[in-house]
Amino acid sequence: MSAHGRHRYVSSDRRVREDRRFVAGKGQFVADLDLPNMRHVALVTCPHAAARIKSIDKSAALAMPGVHYVLDGRELAAATLPLMTGLDTPNVPRRPLAVDVARYSGEWVAAVVADTRALAEDAAEAIEIDYEALPFVLDAEEALAGGVLVHEAHGSNVLLDKTFVWGEVEKDFAASLKKLSLRVKWARSSTVPIETFGVVASWDPWRDMLDVYASIQMPRYADQISITLKIPVTSVRVHHDVDVGGSYGVKRGIKHTVLTGYLARRLGFPVRLIEDRLENMRGGDAHGPERLFDVDVAFDDNGIIRSMKMRALENVGAYAGRSPFQLGKPIGAIVGPYKIKSVQYRAIAVVTNKTTQEAVRGFGQGPTNLALERTMDEVANVLGLDPLEIRRRNMIRHEEFPYTIPSGTTYDSGDYHTVIDKVLIHAGYEELKAERDLLRAEGKLAGIGIAACLEPSGGNATFEALLNPAITTSTFMDSCRINVDGMGSITATMHTTSAGQGHETLLGTVIGEVLQVDPELVRVTRPDSLNSLPSGTPVGSRMAIMLGGAAFHAAHKLKAKLTAIAAHDLSIPLERAVYEQGNVHDRNALQNKRSWVDLVQIAFRNYHRMPAGMEPGLGVEHVYQVPTGGGLPTADGRVQMYPCFSFEFHLLLLSIDPDLGTPEIVRYMLGHDCGTQINPKIVRGMTMGGIAHGIGAALFEEFAYNDDGQLIAQTFMDYLLPSSHEVPAVDIIDHETPSPHTVLGQKGSGESGYLGAPAAIANAINDALRPLGISINTLPLKVSKLGDLIAEARAEKGN
Amino acid sequence: MRIELNVNGTVHDIEVEPRTTLLDCLRDLLDLKGAHAGCEHGVCGACTVLFDGVAVRSCLMFAAQAAGTPITTIEGVTPSPGELSPIQDAFCETHGMQCGYCTPAMILVAHALLADNPEPTREEIVDAISGNICRCTGYAQIVEAIALAAERMRGANRPSELRK
Repeated sequence: MSAHGRHRYVSSDRRVREDRRFVAGKGQFVADLDLPNMRHVALVTCPHAAARIKSIDKSAALAMPGVHYVLDGRELAAATLPLMTGLDTPNVPRRPLAVDVARYSGEWVAAVVADTRALAEDAAEAIEIDYEALPFVLDAEEALAGGVLVHEAHGSNVLLDKTFVWGEVEKDFAASLKKLSLRVKWARSSTVPIETFGVVASWDPWRDMLDVYASIQMPRYADQISITLKIPVTSVRVHHDVDVGGSYGVKRGIKHTVLTGYLARRLGFPVRLIEDRLENMRGGDAHGPERLFDVDVAFDDNGIIRSMKMRALENVGAYAGRSPFQLGKPIGAIVGPYKIKSVQYRAIAVVTNKTTQEAVRGFGQGPTNLALERTMDEVANVLGLDPLEIRRRNMIRHEEFPYTIPSGTTYDSGDYHTVIDKVLIHAGYEELKAERDLLRAEGKLAGIGIAACLEPSGGNATFEALLNPAITTSTFMDSCRINVDGMGSITATMHTTSAGQGHETLLGTVIGEVLQVDPELVRVTRPDSLNSLPSGTPVGSRMAIMLGGAAFHAAHKLKAKLTAIAAHDLSIPLERAVYEQGNVHDRNALQNKRSWVDLVQIAFRNYHRMPAGMEPGLGVEHVYQVPTGGGLPTADGRVQMYPCFSFEFHLLLLSIDPDLGTPEIVRYMLGHDCGTQINPKIVRGMTMGGIAHGIGAALFEEFAYNDDGQLIAQTFMDYLLPSSHEVPAVDIIDHETPSPHTVLGQKGSGESGYLGAPAAIANAINDALRPLGISINTLPLKVSKLGDLIAEARAEKGN
Repeated sequence: MRIELNVNGTVHDIEVEPRTTLLDCLRDLLDLKGAHAGCEHGVCGACTVLFDGVAVRSCLMFAAQAAGTPITTIEGVTPSPGELSPIQDAFCETHGMQCGYCTPAMILVAHALLADNPEPTREEIVDAISGNICRCTGYAQIVEAIALAAERMRGANRPSELRK
């Protein structure tokens, strides 16, 4: 039972139904599909950071056995439209294959189709391309300054430069006695799923139908395929029953899909493109944010922060997809859990000659939280206050909710101080400090790291309108259809793919809860896109809120229909009919009842017993709007984007070997409040997985480039992913502050581990390095970098 | 070239190119899709199979090199259609996965570990799976699944009053 004390299945420790197929190796991943006559794609990529493509000689490749076709950028561009972007930047067109100019090392220049992938790779090597290397720019600040232009026709490298002022920023700065400036850098990394992106496309010219199977997690996927390939969306059938092998935001292979879809139509047989790891890392367009922050804060002697100015400069890579919008989401929680009265936020996105970015877990919130939480620690340091104390003083108190922040969002609920207290009691904060001091006495560098974070969840996508006023989207729906068939069995539908979030379990649990039937009796299916109701797909920590909400309301509609049929058949007023576990009885005479079987019989076979005018059958559907609705931003840039805000408080002890620079997380504790947990096993997994990602971003993972513009971390031997050795045991201390906006009090839980861990680790490392007089605000803090810094500092100190 | 491959107790007489990896051979020629390609350079471990009971990376081995040695894939440890082994069941009990892509490999590694060491410590479990990358779970529920499976398997043949 949950804290509500009224749930049968919600919040209970139930298994995840999807798991059975995965433990048997029977997931249905895109690479598991074998369509008859299917052929395979390999890619030819540009070896230069920027180059003009002078000629492409395909003849040797085409002469090889088993090779069917070589496609270049000009042919594809002539037949298709550029890919959809978020900002209006018509002179920065993004296409699957480079047209005349390639703008980053690894960009796709040509695609080979052959009988097998191995033959396609052989042929790719035989394609001769004459390049003329061009000047390039890698650094965001250099790109901002101009000089080398990535897209000549655009006239600058700036895609977005927008400043928001919420409240009396200058006045608050002038009135504050103390100020602090900080520069924080989040280097380029990503979520890098173990399954690369893959897509299979098949065209049926007699039915005008493009069948698409893909490891995709992307809103408006079918729409984008249709627009770009210039075919009706009713000729695009995306199959949602493909298991996605991890995504965490990045599986947005629209360029792969357009390329493959075009080839399938052009060649008349099914075509498959499964990225290899190199294609994925270099040219899969799945890098995450690379962001530079300049933060200024104004505060008083007590550490109360009055105002903040934040400048965020994002290096989006060579082309813009939706990635500049990752500067927008943080506006919905721009002050984090703190009562900062006024904020100036300048968001700048520039193009460079690096791989194109895609959405990554948290959609920009992780870097922003790093900047905010590093700032909190530095303010504490300046004032000589405990970093815990400074957070407590600035945090919104439980009784102040709902709380409206300067950028116009109202936070739903929270009890931050209680969550922190619970963690401190669990951890023994004084004992933890004593443990740190003991490690220091033993000659280690040791530090305690603290970070709070908010996870905005279930939003209405109005950050798009905020950054691009031409966009007027104010909804981000999800839907559920429930059908009880003539045998009385229940089938529910969801209308997107999943990447391990347990959505089938979510639907079963919520529908079982409302209908008071065993969730295992609810069959969940995924109709293809042509048979689907609207779904915003599993982005932005939204499915528990939005799909859960849709299922909840659909189940209530079904319950209402069953109740009405029973009341009519029992000849009693509707208000006397009571639904209980699938049966309906008369409140005043319990023996007068209709069973589930009776009601199915009436709805399917006894129309004469139905209430007048009611549709026969037992099908219902619900399309669910974001619970806080959807309004467009005000002229001064205020808007409610997200309805729900989960809270996390990270506390860890870290020690660093002073000679090697190796960091080790000694203890890690986490307070977590995402409201009602529909399935605690799933929530815990998401939280732990987020922390593991965060550890990677903080300590190991970086898409590093050399001065020639070559990506030098392009395998898993250079781009290091945390293994079981690097992810410590974490004590998770749960707290439950239900959201008033959602059907069960639930909030999102897919991101906050990732949003908080990097900041907590950065703070711990800074605490550890403070005795050496070093402060470092650039992630990742790799062993090599830490070792060098420590050695330099010790040399200066003469020890 | 023609080779004889002994997979899950069945000997297959097949024609492969010398350069065909064991992974591609299992997936494409024998239709055993439970081994997955992750990095194809031997780091992530998603392609793990058991080679004479030892966990190996099938992406780093040619099919021809595997001829004559018993190979076990995830399909070979599943007792029968719809029925789970104790280790598979323990992964379901703790939800030791999310997307399921690295899961068959993790389970095979657990089989190899528990065959040698029925009572592993947490450190031994962590060590055993450290060559297999999971991006979803942060490993906690995987470690718990293997510990739970070990406990159940140890108890399986004891008189019921002595079981935990």
